[in-house]
Amino acid sequence: MEHLIELKDIYKIYQMGSETVHALDGIDLTIDQGEFVAIVGSSGSGKSTAMNIIGCLDVPTSGTYHLGGVDVSTMDDDQQAEIRNKMLGFIFQQYNLIPKLSVLENVELPLLYAGVDSEERRERALRSLERVGLADKGKNLPSQLSGGQQQRVSIARALAGTPSVILADEPTGALDSRTGREVLRFLKQLNREGDTVVLITHDNSIAVKADRIVRLQDGKIIYDGDSRDPRAVVQPHGEDEEEEAGA
Amino acid sequence: MNFGQSFRLAIKSLTTSKMRALLTMLGIIIGVGAVIVILSLGNGLTGMVQQQVDKLGINVIQAQLWSVGDGMMPDPDELYDLVDENSHVLTGVSPYVNLGGVVRHGDEKFDRTNVYGVSEIMYNPATNYTMDGEQLAKGRFISYMDVERREAVCVIGAYLEEEAFGGDALGKHLSINGRTLTVVGVLKRNAELEMLPGSQDDQIYMPYSTVMEIVGDRWVGLYIFTSTSGETADAAKKVIEAWLNKFYRTDDGMYQYFYITTMAEQANQINGMMGVAMGVLVAIAAISLLVGGIGIMNIMLVSVTERTREIGIRKSLGAKRRDIRSQFVIEAGTTSAIGGILGIAFGCLLAKGLEALLGGMLSANMGGVVFRATPTLGAIGLSFGVSVGIGVLFGYLPANKAAKLNPIDALRYD
Repeated sequence: MEHLIELKDIYKIYQMGSETVHALDGIDLTIDQGEFVAIVGSSGSGKSTAMNIIGCLDVPTSGTYHLGGVDVSTMDDDQQAEIRNKMLGFIFQQYNLIPKLSVLENVELPLLYAGVDSEERRERALRSLERVGLADKGKNLPSQLSGGQQQRVSIARALAGTPSVILADEPTGALDSRTGREVLRFLKQLNREGDTVVLITHDNSIAVKADRIVRLQDGKIIYDGDSRDPRAVVQPHGEDEEEEAGA
Repeated sequence: MNFGQSFRLAIKSLTTSKMRALLTMLGIIIGVGAVIVILSLGNGLTGMVQQQVDKLGINVIQAQLWSVGDGMMPDPDELYDLVDENSHVLTGVSPYVNLGGVVRHGDEKFDRTNVYGVSEIMYNPATNYTMDGEQLAKGRFISYMDVERREAVCVIGAYLEEEAFGGDALGKHLSINGRTLTVVGVLKRNAELEMLPGSQDDQIYMPYSTVMEIVGDRWVGLYIFTSTSGETADAAKKVIEAWLNKFYRTDDGMYQYFYITTMAEQANQINGMMGVAMGVLVAIAAISLLVGGIGIMNIMLVSVTERTREIGIRKSLGAKRRDIRSQFVIEAGTTSAIGGILGIAFGCLLAKGLEALLGGMLSANMGGVVFRATPTLGAIGLSFGVSVGIGVLFGYLPANKAAKLNPIDALRYD
């Protein structure tokens, strides 16, 4: 059976002056349709690089990445843009809404770039806002909404384009714990409705909400399995305390 | 596809920071305003020339002849015959002779008065103007019979009437080089010009045949022809040219034996010279447009940097390079288009102001024709088009910079 996401022997190597940094050091990872996966790791573990590559925002130095059966690892800027538009929905820590556009216009953006005509755009964006319970806020500016509401708008925007994968990058990082839990519940619900969700976080307590955990350290996968397995949340050499403090 | 949104975003960012928008557009406003003023003034002057031509008659043709070699020149009668033979294009001819002489009335002497020998063709009863732009105030002009019979009659200017006859000259007499003439007509005073000796109001028209008799000369160096209409002026000119070539036994005597010019050609010449002058001025004004374009480029570069994160977000949602590029190009184009509209309004107002300021003076100098400094629709359309073009042109570089931003870096930008 074909996997939705298939990373094979992925390397991402940066040249920092005279030093060579292996942000990703030979990653093999497959994610199937309908999974809820958390990619966990401290800063510097390579999880952001992994997220950029899975999100088609970056290309690997070597290795292949198939998304929905298509090799996207060698695509140029515009081809990647099209893949992002058609297959991926992003949820960011900072919501990343455009402040000058209304809530509805923000949600319409992926459809705008997909070339959907204005009437259908409006309709689909409204449906998407309904799913997150903010249909009545369409005319508001993002700044008139609370943090939790803004994050829900960004979820609606991610859903508007009916993507194959929802990529959530620290989606609760800027929220208080109660609204954070709400957002996570919502992602869980989306997953139950059939969406594939990939969550990127440094926080074990958030990662365990996913069904499967992929733990990264120094650019390598050190654990990949069920989130209920005790080994999934083991802190190898106390990395969290040390590196987060040093970051 | 996202033109509407880009346009609205551009308007929004212009209205949210009005001072910055105004400063950005200032170069374009001044440039377009200057172009509109120049084109309006040019249009006004061209209009004046046209009015002047219409007044004097678009069918007037001047022929200057020179005596070469044996001193032979055409006899005026031969040219009358030429007109008769070519009545399909020519309607008349008048010799135009300048008589250097002293005008006397009683004991008074007028030695600066200009005396011209002409025929009845000099005066056009249809437009009520002479070929030199004068109108009759009273009496009549020189008639065909006056010329035929070498009558001792004359038409005098307003200055002469005032100075010599105290304002009532009709039927009275004056003398030129000892020959006594009867005043049969008086010309209108020339608008606002001061009445001075030697001015346009100090002149005399008399039958050219009478002048020839006084000076004892046979040759006339300057003729004024009239064609049947403005359209036939060129054909008439060719007829005269052919005849003169035959007369002087030459293939192409233009500029050497004679020089013929139609009113339309003269107007074209004046308009052509004005066109060159206006071209130079517009080119200078265009420098301001260039500076305005650079101003727009500058502010767009700032805007791209300020909105790096927005560009990253759009790219992450699937915006391609050309989507981002067109967004910023549209924004630059909108900014300069609004600048252009303001510039056009500003230019029109300024042109109207100048019209009010200069109109009276120009009108007086040109014998009462009206000066209207209004830009043509073409000039307005062109200025608008150029300002949009400048925005698009100078917006392209910043827009391209935005389009090429790396989405990861752009998303992380604070």
